[in-house]
Amino acid sequence: MSIETKDVEHVAKLARLNLTDEERDMFTEQLNAILQYAEKLNELDTEGVEPTTHVLRLSNVMRDDVVQDSLTQEQVFRNAPEEEDGQFKVPAVLE
Amino acid sequence: MTLFDLRLQDIHNQLRSKELSVTDLVNEAFAKIGEREERIGAYLTLNEAGARAEAARLDDKLARGEDLGLLFGLPIGVKDNMVTEGLRTTCASQFLSNYDPIYDGTVISKLKQAESVMIGKLNMDEFAMGGSNENSSFHPVRNPWDLNRVPGGSSGGSAAAVAAGEAYFALGSDTGGSIRQPASYCGVVGLKPTYGLVSRYGLVAFASSLDQIGPITKNVEDAAYLLQAIAGYDPKDSTSAQVDIPNYASALTGDIAGLRIAVPKEYLEGVDPQIKASVMEALRLLESLGAVWEEVSLPHTEYAVAAYYLLASSEASSNLSRFDGVRYGVRADHAGGLLDLYHESRSQGFGPEVKRRIMLGTYALSSGYYDAYYLKAQKVRTLIKRDFDQTFEKYDVIVGPTTPTTAFQLGSQVDDPLTMYLNDILTIPVSLAGVPALSVPCGFADGLPIGLQFIGKAFDESTILRLAHAFEANSDHHKRRPAL
Repeated sequence: MSIETKDVEHVAKLARLNLTDEERDMFTEQLNAILQYAEKLNELDTEGVEPTTHVLRLSNVMRDDVVQDSLTQEQVFRNAPEEEDGQFKVPAVLE
Repeated sequence: MTLFDLRLQDIHNQLRSKELSVTDLVNEAFAKIGEREERIGAYLTLNEAGARAEAARLDDKLARGEDLGLLFGLPIGVKDNMVTEGLRTTCASQFLSNYDPIYDGTVISKLKQAESVMIGKLNMDEFAMGGSNENSSFHPVRNPWDLNRVPGGSSGGSAAAVAAGEAYFALGSDTGGSIRQPASYCGVVGLKPTYGLVSRYGLVAFASSLDQIGPITKNVEDAAYLLQAIAGYDPKDSTSAQVDIPNYASALTGDIAGLRIAVPKEYLEGVDPQIKASVMEALRLLESLGAVWEEVSLPHTEYAVAAYYLLASSEASSNLSRFDGVRYGVRADHAGGLLDLYHESRSQGFGPEVKRRIMLGTYALSSGYYDAYYLKAQKVRTLIKRDFDQTFEKYDVIVGPTTPTTAFQLGSQVDDPLTMYLNDILTIPVSLAGVPALSVPCGFADGLPIGLQFIGKAFDESTILRLAHAFEANSDHHKRRPAL
């Protein structure tokens, strides 16, 4: 399997990244090399092997549904790049 | 002998007998930082005023004769991916260069409870991605043993600070080897605990199924104390393990007679001959102390790096999706619209290695490739974990080198990500299996430190600490200091 420029552009869009022409060419080459190396995994027969998503055998972790203190508005906005009237401000979504 | 060469226990004895004050310890740390930091670059943010105020408060407490916390008065540095309330936390990324956390991570609360003194936040590879610390978007860290070499990554600042005497000990985080590999390169002790033993609440996530916080110290005993202070169940972390925490320091008995050690042949293939010789010498020492060892095979070792990079990058691409320039972090100027704001903020905020992993992970998780890459890697992870499970049915500890080479030259691998990834070949399998591992200095090659890795059963930190402590007590590699 090999990755072409258009695949890298598609993935960048999914990842919400703008790439310069230089980055696009570099990533095309590097991702190909890394994925080619990853082909090594196909040497192994994993038919019937369960995937490990997690090393601990954990079931769902629940807590009692009790009211707890939450962050104050001041705390929530302490790191906000832009804020107005108690809301995060972003550029217009609709034209 | 300097203050930095004292064991934690000795320091506490001297504090109690008033030979030392906490202010003396903090002064010593900042004196070393003043003298060496310009050459090393281990810190991103110093907490000098805060540390001095805390030292004064603790000295008052000492004067009142109250009980001392487990880490009382000890100056510590923390990798800059653990959030600290009111102390800038950047993850070595431009994206978070202005981030002022509104809470303490659980490990930070525990360090405060144990009464250690926070010296500052330590440099790292951006978002903990890298094996050389050259991916910090502020400045690289230099290896105290040779300033032209890397300290290792991603906890390079933590390892270099301890090796250079700029912190008494430090916390790092390990995803594929990021505590053990820099500890090995810098000639200090690094412990990656069992996954789930130490809370990840307040650790900026890289790969959630692998990340684990752990100690970087000058000796095994200090590692045991620091682990004691940070281990334990945390309801704020849904992956935290509910297990009993033993007394780690009391496990350091010096008695290792009859311990069964497995040495994987795959861990000795292709490593630098000087490293192999040091490891064999260490095994002979352990044997003379009563342990027994045999060569074994962990047949899936060679597949670990490929599986790891697919899994870690996939998790990273998901975790880093929260960085969008809206709620925190640096926002790009002049964005044309909301989508453009996301794109521009992320493109400007992330460095090349982070983008590379986001791209790889997004690809591996994308429709049509998920089964071929992500799911395949998860299945291979099962095979690697089985290698360890089967070995631990017959043996107590697995021993081998921590890294295939000693610290490499700055800049020598930076354009070749695949080669850089392969440096982690001996630490990654452990991370995939979730078991604990400890790197301890075991020699030098051409003046550069070599690390010996002790790998244990899940939640059996006590046994690897005991074995490593016995090794350390009968060798003096950990006592050598870089000439700075």
